[in-house]
Amino acid sequence: MSAQFMQYLLTGLTVGAIYALVALGFSIIFNASHVINFAQGEFVMIGGMASVSFTAAGLPYLLAIPLAIAAAALVGLALEKFAVEPARGASVVTLIIITIGASIFLRGLAMVIWDKRLHPLKPFTGDTPIAIAGATILPQSLWVLGVTLAIVLALSWFFGRTLLGKAMLATSHNRLAAQLVGINVRRVLFLSFGLSAALGAVAGILIAPITTTSYDVGVMLGLKGFAAAILGGLGSGVGAVVGGLVLGIAETMSAGYLSSAYKDAIAFVIILAVLFFMPSGLFGKRDGERV
Amino acid sequence: MSLLSVEGLGKKFGGVSAVDDLSFDIRPGAVYSIIGPNGAGKTTLLNLLTGVYQPSSGRIVFDGHDMTGRAPYEYARQGIARTFQNLQVFFNMSALENVMVGRYLQERSGLARALLRAPGLVRAEQACRNEAAELMRFVGLQDYLSAASDAMPYGALKRLEIARALATRPKMMLLDEPAAGLNPTEALELDDLIGRLTGRGITVVLVEHNMRLVMGVSDHILVLDYGRKLAEGSAQAVRNDPKVIAAYLGGEVSPDSTYGETVAGAVAQAVEMHR
Amino acid sequence: MLSRLASPRTGGLLALAIVIALLPLALANKYFYDIAVLVGLNAIVCVGLNLLIGYAGQISLGHAGFFGLGAYGSAILASRYGWPPLAAMLTTTLAVAALAYLVGRPILRLKGHYLAMATLGMGIIVYMVITTEDRFTGGPDGIAVVPFSIGGFVLQGERIWYWVVGVLLLAAVWLALNLIESPTGRALRALHSSEVGAEVVGINAAEHKLLVFVISAVFASVAGSLAAHYSGFVTPGKVAFLHSIELVTMVVFGGMASIFGAVVGAAALTTLPQLLTVFEDYEMMVFGAVMMGTMIFLPRGVVPSMARLFQTRRNASSDDRAGSA
Repeated sequence: MSAQFMQYLLTGLTVGAIYALVALGFSIIFNASHVINFAQGEFVMIGGMASVSFTAAGLPYLLAIPLAIAAAALVGLALEKFAVEPARGASVVTLIIITIGASIFLRGLAMVIWDKRLHPLKPFTGDTPIAIAGATILPQSLWVLGVTLAIVLALSWFFGRTLLGKAMLATSHNRLAAQLVGINVRRVLFLSFGLSAALGAVAGILIAPITTTSYDVGVMLGLKGFAAAILGGLGSGVGAVVGGLVLGIAETMSAGYLSSAYKDAIAFVIILAVLFFMPSGLFGKRDGERV
Repeated sequence: MSLLSVEGLGKKFGGVSAVDDLSFDIRPGAVYSIIGPNGAGKTTLLNLLTGVYQPSSGRIVFDGHDMTGRAPYEYARQGIARTFQNLQVFFNMSALENVMVGRYLQERSGLARALLRAPGLVRAEQACRNEAAELMRFVGLQDYLSAASDAMPYGALKRLEIARALATRPKMMLLDEPAAGLNPTEALELDDLIGRLTGRGITVVLVEHNMRLVMGVSDHILVLDYGRKLAEGSAQAVRNDPKVIAAYLGGEVSPDSTYGETVAGAVAQAVEMHR
Repeated sequence: MLSRLASPRTGGLLALAIVIALLPLALANKYFYDIAVLVGLNAIVCVGLNLLIGYAGQISLGHAGFFGLGAYGSAILASRYGWPPLAAMLTTTLAVAALAYLVGRPILRLKGHYLAMATLGMGIIVYMVITTEDRFTGGPDGIAVVPFSIGGFVLQGERIWYWVVGVLLLAAVWLALNLIESPTGRALRALHSSEVGAEVVGINAAEHKLLVFVISAVFASVAGSLAAHYSGFVTPGKVAFLHSIELVTMVVFGGMASIFGAVVGAAALTTLPQLLTVFEDYEMMVFGAVMMGTMIFLPRGVVPSMARLFQTRRNASSDDRAGSA
């Protein structure tokens, strides 16, 4: 393995981990409500931008980061309460437009609260690159990978072991049956938006020290996260993580070896190619029409 | 000479056989019924016979054409029409338009003709409307000629599907549980409707749990169990077949089944009648 | 005869023609004419897009790609290679139709969110190609376009364009209405409701989806070509994801499965940003809020909701008469 390959792989994993977190947010909301939340990228933006503001106000990271995550989660809950809940039963296209409207609204709001400039965020623990097998990795990348791993483990524990997690999973499989066994489906829906927003915010905070952040950083990250979720198969947790990592690595590799101009297009070329052969993504349910 | 000929037909879902090595022939003009307990593979078989599912093995020959592997619309073009157990009504259209869609094969025209609304097309549309209304009357939907389909009761929607299937001018019509969900009066009227379908020269294939209906109208009955042929023959022969009686009385009577409305109940009824 | 005039089809076409004919009385200056032309061009795209989304039930989040290809195709052929604009436009339209056919074949097998993703990806790829291949397209800076001319007659000025676009919009609406009221149109609506139900009466669903996808791409491409010549300049912004979203929003805002709804939606959402400029920095927020609000409170869109309201009013008043008689 050449050092260059190793470098691309490490970078790809870092980017891929961020895509995975955003994709998990898409999947959690989709499972609870069958809504694709196009405002998912805005949670990423809010996480990053709020951290910038809180640290600028003199708060230490240990306080600023939880506050920023809480802020995004609150926005997520409000989005569900005031935009998704009132539109229950609307068609898929209508719901897509509502969440896109929400994303435009939040981006506009961010522009008013903050500005249009790029904002740096200090790395959590220094910026001296660490050498691994001939390549280098930023300490912040280790934070990205470590926190993502921790979150994936925590989520699998949450959905596999806790009552609330199981209730959310049950709701995704069969809403009516879940309701019949006494699960408060509306609360599950509400909480799923909070959880997804928090995940998005974490992604935004983790990546901000590497890429800087701005009011419109959520557009591309949101779309890539959606692509990752679709690539893995909508609603599949494993799929979201694998989809994110595959996308991140493929993107970095092709930018490195092929053409950096088309770096952002790669994700979409891959997704089209995969959907061509696997219309439900890599891990998606193949539900045949029952007649 | 058979209209439909099925040879060694099989369908597997993830390794499980829903239909297994099934062969039978359907003669033209007959009412051919397919019965069997829930999960016997009846609906799967109908889906195979209309191209909705592709078979894992075997051959389907209809009216001299090998239809194996063809798409549903190709089956329709050869003259096979069907209704659905789970209604597939076009709820975004009026009842009349639903039947007009059924006339698609006769009415379809070139894109240019449609876009420019050629004069002939306007006349054809009027004729299509009239014929659709005629078919609605034929199935007893004269009261719903100007109804929106999403405002119609369940029993009427089942007839609407029959009218739509009729509009394709089929040689063979497959009815998937036409009596399910109907009240007893509506179910009784089905006997008559099926009779009038055969009167139009249409071969009827009936999948049904209502044994009164099946025993009353069928010329020939195929009994399925676990996707295989358990028995085949006239109503009389099937009723007396010890294998059928054993299969159905062997724990198939569920507590909520109405006597005479399910296979198990009906076979029990048939057995009783015979004593 | 009178009853035919009152039918949604003839009556609606007539009403649209009257609005187009009389609107100039209210257009005080060039600026208003300019907005009216933009409304017309967007409306042409939306009428085509509504055939795909509203009638056939197939979503596309990438139609700005077809609009952009139309615009850039005309721009490059006419301005860079000096083709006559009409020939450039026709060639571009044919090429876009062929592309839509090739791309549509595999992606229209997808359903729901997967189709949304695929069309979105397609649109973004087109956008990236246009911004990157700057030798042809001018990249992010855009490209200047020569005015439209036919046999020495140069189409220039908002007023002339107003009439050209007005007539083309009427033609687009007429064609779309014709299609919808034909057996093909019924087949499209049928497969929207139940694909298997449509197939078993003999409708080749895949072929119909592809057909309407190509038609909608052609509408978008033609509007794109005209927009390029009209404004004399194209930038990648017209190809961006956000423009695709704007187009879909226009369709849903006006009303899915309503040809006139598409026109109303295009008019409302093209004029809205002009009105919102008074909000300055808050423009984006207000636009997002309006998008959310209308979809929450009028999920069927403006025209069908109004039609329903009108219908209930009329039924109520006829009930009154029946009651008093």
